Amino acid sequence: MWENAVDWLVYTAWNMPHDQLAGALNFFLYDTGKILTLLVTIVFAISLLRTFFSVATTKRIIAKLPPVVGNILAALLGIVTPFCSCSAVPLFIGFVRGGIPLGVTFSFLIASPMINEVALVLLAGLFGWKIALIYIGTGLLIAIVAGLVIGWLKLESSVEGFVFGKDAEALVEEKPTWKERFSGAWNDTTEILYKVWIYVLVAIAIGAFIHGYVPEDFFVEYLGKGQWYSVPLATLLGIPLYSNAAGIIPIISALFEKGVPLGTALAFMMAVTALSFPEFVILRRVLKLRLLVVFASVVGAGIMITGFLFNAVQL
Amino acid sequence: MTIQILGSGCAKCNQLEKETKAAVAELGLPIAIEKITDFNRIGDMGVMVTPAIAIDNVVKFAGKVLTKDRIKQLIQEGK
Repeated sequence: MWENAVDWLVYTAWNMPHDQLAGALNFFLYDTGKILTLLVTIVFAISLLRTFFSVATTKRIIAKLPPVVGNILAALLGIVTPFCSCSAVPLFIGFVRGGIPLGVTFSFLIASPMINEVALVLLAGLFGWKIALIYIGTGLLIAIVAGLVIGWLKLESSVEGFVFGKDAEALVEEKPTWKERFSGAWNDTTEILYKVWIYVLVAIAIGAFIHGYVPEDFFVEYLGKGQWYSVPLATLLGIPLYSNAAGIIPIISALFEKGVPLGTALAFMMAVTALSFPEFVILRRVLKLRLLVVFASVVGAGIMITGFLFNAVQL
Repeated sequence: MTIQILGSGCAKCNQLEKETKAAVAELGLPIAIEKITDFNRIGDMGVMVTPAIAIDNVVKFAGKVLTKDRIKQLIQEGK
């Protein structure tokens, strides 16, 4: 329906010829409308869901669980617990002091930024629900397995000494009313939209340009399945591009359309959201360099395996 | 009375500090504002999401920026 409306606007109302410019414009208007609608609805729904969770309750739940089960639940709760990576350090300290194993804490810290609502909307809107679900599934798997590996390596000695201390009682917040849940979720939604809309629009515009002007299969030669280095390259490129899942995914979707294989595209998106240089700097306050390197390498390896796997099977 | 703002210089922490200063100024009460950026102390106070606000070392809210009016209300409740 929206597609027909945009077609009508571009080709009938504005009477544009069926050329590259009209194609790019059509693509831009169609994607912008779709993505902004999805952003408002899905971000609101997830924000509302999050009012039922808190870091304090998540901590209480996973503190009681044995390893493996703990890692699985920590990764799952990482998706729905309201938490921003700017709070990674106090959260890390709170979890470790509460007796939560290092590996379980990492499962939470990996899943939480990787599977975020903005990435989800863009994936679902531009790649479809199937690929969005693949991203969630493999993202969870990476968070769980990387946490288990970090746990097995017994790296507690690579955590800064001050982190270990007496556990403090976390603040128990009052249960919000429904009215507070809705207004809180709406505030979060507008805040997120305000933060990302410009990135989304610019990225969709670049995507539209690629869609209209770059020839089909343009990237196959350089970034195709046959080029083994495309996955590690995508992973490395993702590290400095922090917090801009909003500004990256529309571009990746256009590259995907022009021949970049799914595994490479997935690896790039995961690296952008899960591996970020500013987050490494923040975490250095509580992790010694050795543990930081292990964390980045284990997650990076997981992302690359995912990339190679999906390039090999090519859905 | 002392109000503590817990957080390590994030944008929201500064925002909360600003709202708190405005609230205190409007009430005209002799209230000190202390910024706690040391993660060890933040951990000792049981705060896992920043920014947080405490009155005389008792944490009141964590993870959100309260409005000036809400902070005024907190101060009056705490008197």
